[in-house]
Amino acid sequence: MNSSQSHRLTSGGLIDRSAALNFRFDGKSFAGFQGDTLASALVANGVKLVGRSFKYHRPRGILTAGSEEPNALVELRTGARREPNTKATTAELYEGLEAASQNRWPSLRFDVMSINQLFAPIFVAGFYYKTFMWPAKFWEAVYEPAIRRAAGLGRAAGIADPDHYDKAWAHCDVVIAGSGPTGLAAALAAGRTGARVILCEEDFALGGRLLSDGGTIDGLPAAEWLSRTLAELATMPDVRIMTRTTLFGAYDGGTYGAIERVNDHLPSPPEHQVRQRLWRIVAKRCVVAAGAIERPIVFAGNDTPGVMMASAMRSYVIRYAAAPARRVALFTNNEDGWRTVETALGAGLQIAAVIDARHDISPAHRSLASKGGFPVLHGSVSGVDSGKDGVRKIAVSLTGGARAEVEADGLAVSGGWNPAVGLTSYHRGRPKWREDIAAFVPDGAPPGMVAAGAATGSFGLGACLREGFAAGTAAAHDAGRSGSSGSMPVSDDEAFSLTPLWHVAGKGKAFVDQQHDVTASDVELAQREGFESVEHLKRYTTLGMATDQGKTSNVAGLAIMAAVSGRSIPETGTTIYRPPYVPVAIGAFAGHHRDETFHATRLTPSHHWAAEQGAVFVDTGLWKRAQWYPRAGEKDWLESVTREVKAVRSGVGFCDVSTLGKIDVHGPDAGAFLDRVYINTFSNLAVGKARYGLMLREDGLVYDDGTTSRLAEDHYFLTTTTAKAGLVMQHLEFCRQVLFPELDVQLTSISDQWAQFSIAGPKTRDLLKEIVDPAEDLSNEGFPFMGAREVALRGGIKARLFRISFSGEMAFEISVPARYGEAMARNLMLAGKPFGVTPYGTEALGVMRIEKGHVAGPELSGTTTAADLGLGKMMSTKKDFIGRVMAGREALVAPDRQVVVGVKPTDKASRLRSGAHIIPKGQTPGPSNDQGYVTSVCFSPTSDQWIGLALVERGRERIGEIVHAHDPLRGEDYDVELCNPVFYDPDGGRQRG
Amino acid sequence: MRIVCPFCGERELGEFTYLGDAKPVRPVAGAPEDEVFDYVYLRDNIAGVMEENWYHGGGCRAWLKVTRNTLTHEISLVEPAAGAGARHVVK
Ligand SMILES: [Zn+2]
Repeated sequence: MNSSQSHRLTSGGLIDRSAALNFRFDGKSFAGFQGDTLASALVANGVKLVGRSFKYHRPRGILTAGSEEPNALVELRTGARREPNTKATTAELYEGLEAASQNRWPSLRFDVMSINQLFAPIFVAGFYYKTFMWPAKFWEAVYEPAIRRAAGLGRAAGIADPDHYDKAWAHCDVVIAGSGPTGLAAALAAGRTGARVILCEEDFALGGRLLSDGGTIDGLPAAEWLSRTLAELATMPDVRIMTRTTLFGAYDGGTYGAIERVNDHLPSPPEHQVRQRLWRIVAKRCVVAAGAIERPIVFAGNDTPGVMMASAMRSYVIRYAAAPARRVALFTNNEDGWRTVETALGAGLQIAAVIDARHDISPAHRSLASKGGFPVLHGSVSGVDSGKDGVRKIAVSLTGGARAEVEADGLAVSGGWNPAVGLTSYHRGRPKWREDIAAFVPDGAPPGMVAAGAATGSFGLGACLREGFAAGTAAAHDAGRSGSSGSMPVSDDEAFSLTPLWHVAGKGKAFVDQQHDVTASDVELAQREGFESVEHLKRYTTLGMATDQGKTSNVAGLAIMAAVSGRSIPETGTTIYRPPYVPVAIGAFAGHHRDETFHATRLTPSHHWAAEQGAVFVDTGLWKRAQWYPRAGEKDWLESVTREVKAVRSGVGFCDVSTLGKIDVHGPDAGAFLDRVYINTFSNLAVGKARYGLMLREDGLVYDDGTTSRLAEDHYFLTTTTAKAGLVMQHLEFCRQVLFPELDVQLTSISDQWAQFSIAGPKTRDLLKEIVDPAEDLSNEGFPFMGAREVALRGGIKARLFRISFSGEMAFEISVPARYGEAMARNLMLAGKPFGVTPYGTEALGVMRIEKGHVAGPELSGTTTAADLGLGKMMSTKKDFIGRVMAGREALVAPDRQVVVGVKPTDKASRLRSGAHIIPKGQTPGPSNDQGYVTSVCFSPTSDQWIGLALVERGRERIGEIVHAHDPLRGEDYDVELCNPVFYDPDGGRQRG
Repeated sequence: MRIVCPFCGERELGEFTYLGDAKPVRPVAGAPEDEVFDYVYLRDNIAGVMEENWYHGGGCRAWLKVTRNTLTHEISLVEPAAGAGARHVVK
């Protein structure tokens, strides 16, 4: 147990020193405090080496103190919760935290892959394209495995995530991204007007740079103003403050994406709580107060552990009371970097030297240097000499050509600040270049959005407050809130002067993108090879394509490209900005839509009864349907299904067919409407009769089928297939509302309102008599085949009864209100007992429809015409209907089309399988003689062999021909005979009996 | 994206289904095959303002004619289809 916290300052910091937290990094124990991040706790323990780099496996330390961090990525947690590429700079410390460094083997200090550095020439820009070109077969066998092993960041857990993720909506007048001085001023202004405000802050603490840089606001120290402001915001019921929440994307219509890390700061979420929550926030206005990101200067050895952004060093010292170094050097090209000197001196750290690239240094800073006793060197850092713990000596090229050396164990770097232009650019906005701060700033924003403060390049505290307050006031007013926003918080504006400096020439690797190991010379090489466009530069070098999306590297990369290609930076331009601003776990996008809740589950009305019966269920779309009902002693599904089929064919059985789409069609023009959507005619259907109908798409191919019954002059009841229930409803509504608005007809989806059962078999009428009111005439004369009408059941319930048959047997379908569905199933069992009633599932249903040659989903495949299905004669020539004209196209009426035909193996013992290709007998199978395929198969208890339906070229003309079934997928070849698709009762006597 | 349904109010994109260009008009019965072919297959690929058919399947089941700029996704007008609405029959 190492609890020394050797680099913890003795006082200060927003940490709770009474709450020590133990954690492990690479198996070694450390301690930190509540309020630490993993990075600040590592800093406090003097740990500088935290990872190895992506390509070269170079030792890397902590560069930043925020979500822009490119280097300090770890695997956080263990087991199923292990999360790779977690930024140590944003991971909150908790008791028992376990983290491991990445990209090292066997250990962080001794890494064998760092030998890659010696082979650096092969890892230059475009190395994937150049090095691994030849021979092609080496890709799979050699290159790819080697690259995957060597290059790659952390390891995913590899097992299912045990945590839950949530998705939620929020609506407000003004959403604000960022809680620095700008965001807080905006929230105050908008909140005071009475606006509904949501303030998102990605950190767990509110205040942004106020927490690290302090300042004076309204005459108060920043910390005091902050707590006063938060107290005022807390009194506003319509201001919602969301910490640990990153606004990561801006979408159309004022919709914003945000990820809330609800319980990432705990070892695991408390019971019944989610890990993260994905928010979609709908806001009338958005204020982007996302601040700016300090940018590095590219120089040789700039990736050495101990080199850190100047502002990050201030954060560690002030906010976390942790000293990244004892003896600090500063390399800056701007005024702001000097704050780090003041901070370090204030914390009792030594300043080794300030290396300032500017010509003019303010008198105040000169006197600070003389008081602090450190030199100010005009020039640039040209190299870093590292020991085993990182920075040891810094080489300086002085203006004028001389060289100097500075001994230090830490180097703070400031190359200026880049406004966070992500959110404002997500609608393909291109930021514009501002010469005075040498940075890109937003140039407009998506509708309803405005940026303020440092996000626009206004870096002074006073300006941030002014702009934030003004933006908050305007946003609230635009959202219709007219209240007063009160008085504006005020502060001074610090001076900001900068001399642009992007890259210091020197010996050794100088990194632009530290996460992807892209060096300045890679950028130069890309230019020489013609990849000058920034979009090419990005893809050729992979600059900015790592998990940090180049937050600290993109601008430097294109500045270097601009320099070597002789263009200005604005001429060089930026790449397109795309959300998300920070990586968002796929689990958060999925939310609860995973595993058994991946989609909704629909249960048929008789589901619970069927489950009691021991039914095996099958997923058909969202539905669970009873597939078969096994009985004790049956050895497999086939035995159960065969029993069910035989029971129906010889006695009576029933099946829940409620999953069919059911639509009531009402109105004086109902018949005319159906005539236009079906290929056959319904306006002449007699009341009390049902008719099979076929629908085409407008392109002439078959869309759906089903029976439609006429229950009254102006009332039809239409059924669709289970699969197309929703789509047919949508299609019919389109026809009604858009194509034929002149028809007086209304559609009502009643799929969920009615339970429907098919009752089939020669004893159907016997069973029905026990259920239906004795006054109803069920005789062949009183209720003939294709009859349809409302009947009363014993007990008075009204039902709809249809004499239709899918099985080919004497059959009825009966509909009752869905709430009676389960009772109906129980009743059928009870009343049917004397007749040996047998419930049957979808398999037996399928067997009987194949025996009867009825087409279904596999034949209604979206490529078949009515004629292909053998239903061409149904097409009326006396009326217009959807698809009529296109169905007459040459290719759709060609004589050699593949049409539905029956198939049976010539060897009666042979099994038939769907998908087998039909090849003429005696020919070698190939694409040129492929004449179709088997669409549906079953073992037919009636034929006592496997039978099937197939789509075969000119199939109907070839009945009796022996062809070859070729099934390369299963390695099967056998002969089949083409036959009449109606295997059972071809003249239909049984269903009419 | 959000669409203001004339019947339901402002709703989120997920409630709607897109069909496509609302401009082509279905040819009358007996129209020549060429005309029907154009109606079924030929579409302008409009970069800018276009009228589109959207279905509010997650709400009132109305078909809507949405005028949308395909470059900015700005929606300038949402109208019910001619036959949308319970008592709305075009005679
Ligand atoms: Zn609606």
